[in-house]
Amino acid sequence: MEPNPSAPITESQILTWLEVVKDPEIPVLSLIDLGVIRGVSIAETGQVTVTMTPTFSGCPAMDYMQRDVEQTLHAHGVADVVVRMSFDEPWSTNLMTEAGRLALKEFGLAPPPAYQQVLDLDILEYAQCPRCNGTNTTMRSPFGATLCRSMHYCNDCRQMFEQFKPL
Amino acid sequence: MSAANSDALKDLLYRLADDQLILGHRNSEWNGLGPILEEDIAFSSMAQDKLGHSLQLYLLLQGLGEAEPDTVAFTRNAPQFHCAQLVELPIGEYDFSLIRHFLFDTAELLRFELLSQSSYEPLAQVARKLKGELKYHVLHANTWIKQLGSSTEEAIDRLQGSLNFAMPYALGLFEKTGYEEALIAEGIFVGEDELKAGWIEKITVILAQTSLELPDLTTLTPVYGGRAGQHTEHLQPLLDEMAEVFRVDPTAEW
Repeated sequence: MEPNPSAPITESQILTWLEVVKDPEIPVLSLIDLGVIRGVSIAETGQVTVTMTPTFSGCPAMDYMQRDVEQTLHAHGVADVVVRMSFDEPWSTNLMTEAGRLALKEFGLAPPPAYQQVLDLDILEYAQCPRCNGTNTTMRSPFGATLCRSMHYCNDCRQMFEQFKPL
Repeated sequence: MSAANSDALKDLLYRLADDQLILGHRNSEWNGLGPILEEDIAFSSMAQDKLGHSLQLYLLLQGLGEAEPDTVAFTRNAPQFHCAQLVELPIGEYDFSLIRHFLFDTAELLRFELLSQSSYEPLAQVARKLKGELKYHVLHANTWIKQLGSSTEEAIDRLQGSLNFAMPYALGLFEKTGYEEALIAEGIFVGEDELKAGWIEKITVILAQTSLELPDLTTLTPVYGGRAGQHTEHLQPLLDEMAEVFRVDPTAEW
């Protein structure tokens, strides 16, 4: 439902609009589910500030994500948009939503395992096959087709698969 | 922040950022040449990470009044760079690149773990971010050092030769500058000595699981000078190549 044009926009309205913005490298995953949008604030002037935090600091998709957020809000008539990149709350895969994890799995990418506080080397090597759910898997390389993916082999169904790396 | 502290901080940030940028560029030279596809991808991915890391650090410098990152990265010449000489050496054979990667990234992960407690909060925030990514670099290095370092005679000989060659340069990573005391006193960084001690512990643990031997560090003379702008003949050609396109038209929009 389109909002009443005379009513002031709300933060939750902005977040709803942003649900269509996807990670350009994983087009089933919205930026909200990815966890990179950390906050929205609306100034009295009507200026909308969206605070984002980068996934991997060298991720070339961050510029596109930032631009897509601006364009999406412009398309809804929000003229004054500022996207602020911030490290105040650094991104980790624990910020990914349940819906995001499911979307990844359906896409064929193993979702990152959730972890408690310290991410140790054992967790980095652990992955569950997104096809057969087997856990008898071996990490082939901590690096894959994009910075956020690692490569694994499933010893049960004997297929290579990729995982969204826990960070 | 006082002017003196600001100078100390800039000195530290240039050292950190330049190491990342130059080794990132060297790693990218494996693109298309890796001994197996996974290693091609690994070195290319680490290159991309390291350029991202250098960018975050150059952005901190920009916040302290330095020029914007592209200008800083692409318009300086070798004497203005503060990287250690280890990172500028050519990629050589795969055994050398692997040993350098192991020695450098083990130090780098520790460095950013220590910097995540820095009294300069913007740097601490970046460090908390980078150390998570660097774990994958160290995991990669450790995996290959452990596998190849206890495999065939040729692999062990080659890695041992590269380790002996690289170690004096690796010790140069911990070269102190005139700002060392100020950085420690202000709580910005715990200092190179503490970092080096932790690094020796870490590499010793990994090498002990292989047939490789850590050279006797007390007999080695560290290769210093990089932090003060003294470099090997390899750095300037790297910079010329890296900046070749940028310098055609520095005002171009990309």
